[in-house]
Amino acid sequence: MAIISCKINGKDYKLDVDPQMPLLWAIRDVAKLKGTKYGCGVAQCGACVVHLNGEAVRSCVAKVSRAEGQNIVTIEGLSQDNDHPVQLAWQEIDVPQCGYCHSGQIMSAAVLLREKPNPTDEEIDIAMAGNICRCGTYPRVRKAIHLAAEMQSKKGKKA
Amino acid sequence: MKQHSENKTTFSSQFRTIIVVAMTLFVVVAMSPIFYSNPEEIKDLNERLIATGLSNDNKSKDSVESVKAFRNVYKVLMSPRCMNCHPSGDVPLQGDDSHLHTMLPRRGKDGKGLFAMKCANCHQATNTPGLHAPPGNPDWHLPAADMKMVFEGRTPNQLAKQLVDPKQNGHKNLDQLLEHVSDTLVIAGWHPGEGRTKPPMSYEEFKKAWITWIEKGAYAPKQ
Repeated sequence: MAIISCKINGKDYKLDVDPQMPLLWAIRDVAKLKGTKYGCGVAQCGACVVHLNGEAVRSCVAKVSRAEGQNIVTIEGLSQDNDHPVQLAWQEIDVPQCGYCHSGQIMSAAVLLREKPNPTDEEIDIAMAGNICRCGTYPRVRKAIHLAAEMQSKKGKKA
Repeated sequence: MKQHSENKTTFSSQFRTIIVVAMTLFVVVAMSPIFYSNPEEIKDLNERLIATGLSNDNKSKDSVESVKAFRNVYKVLMSPRCMNCHPSGDVPLQGDDSHLHTMLPRRGKDGKGLFAMKCANCHQATNTPGLHAPPGNPDWHLPAADMKMVFEGRTPNQLAKQLVDPKQNGHKNLDQLLEHVSDTLVIAGWHPGEGRTKPPMSYEEFKKAWITWIEKGAYAPKQ
């Protein structure tokens, strides 16, 4: 066991955990933030995506030791009032069906819009290819990302 | 009689020397086309060797040994563990059959992926346990977009020439090329994780072949 010090959603945490523990376990079971989901456990589906220093890391395969001294953002901390352009667009388009994969989808989309504020369909497909949705919401995901890009540019707010 | 015998011995010795020199020259001239396709190619390669500083030490050069060593180097570089991250396109390859990487992640400008699909998002500092789970290394990446260092589809001749060309090898000189064999990402090929075969020889054998190939002159096979 070890104490892993990190910041999650702007708050300092000292997690008393096995350093080999998957970051996802620490986020859900120790920090008690349940928005990030477990899907495949081998970095294949994208349900567990969180931001580690701004990158869309798959928390099911990242060891919690990787988070030592780092800054993590989960779906709960993406915005103060659930008003991130991607979250607003997701609501507007009513993207989810069962919803299980969508915290991961949203976290990946947020990284895309930060790096490519007005992505093409192809760029969206490249960025989101690692997020699997068994309900097949892909067309709405793409539509919502375009809408989020539009919202972001109108507000002059970066994702 | 004695005088005549000495003259005969001297003549015989000189004759033998001439024969040996002539045979050596014949062998050198006859063998050269085995390694190079044409004189232009020889000139081209020599220029590259000079540019990398490889041709400074003529004493250690041995085209036969060099090409022989490269055969082993080539076998390793074309194995999935090396070639999968040196693809001809911008999507890495995956598995022992070198299929396109699932999810089709892209190379990106720096070779570290794009947007939400960066290599290190899934590839951790060490191998993830489990069959076919993502292999790991702290510096996991493809070659950068401005120097793709493609292995896929290269013949031994093409790959050897590419490897010694600073314009195609990441601007590496002789020392850097020799050092590259100890790069942790190269060594990672021999720790591939569950469900992946290792390169066709040990790392030590590969390293020996790599060094021999370079130190003997970094010659390119004809084909």
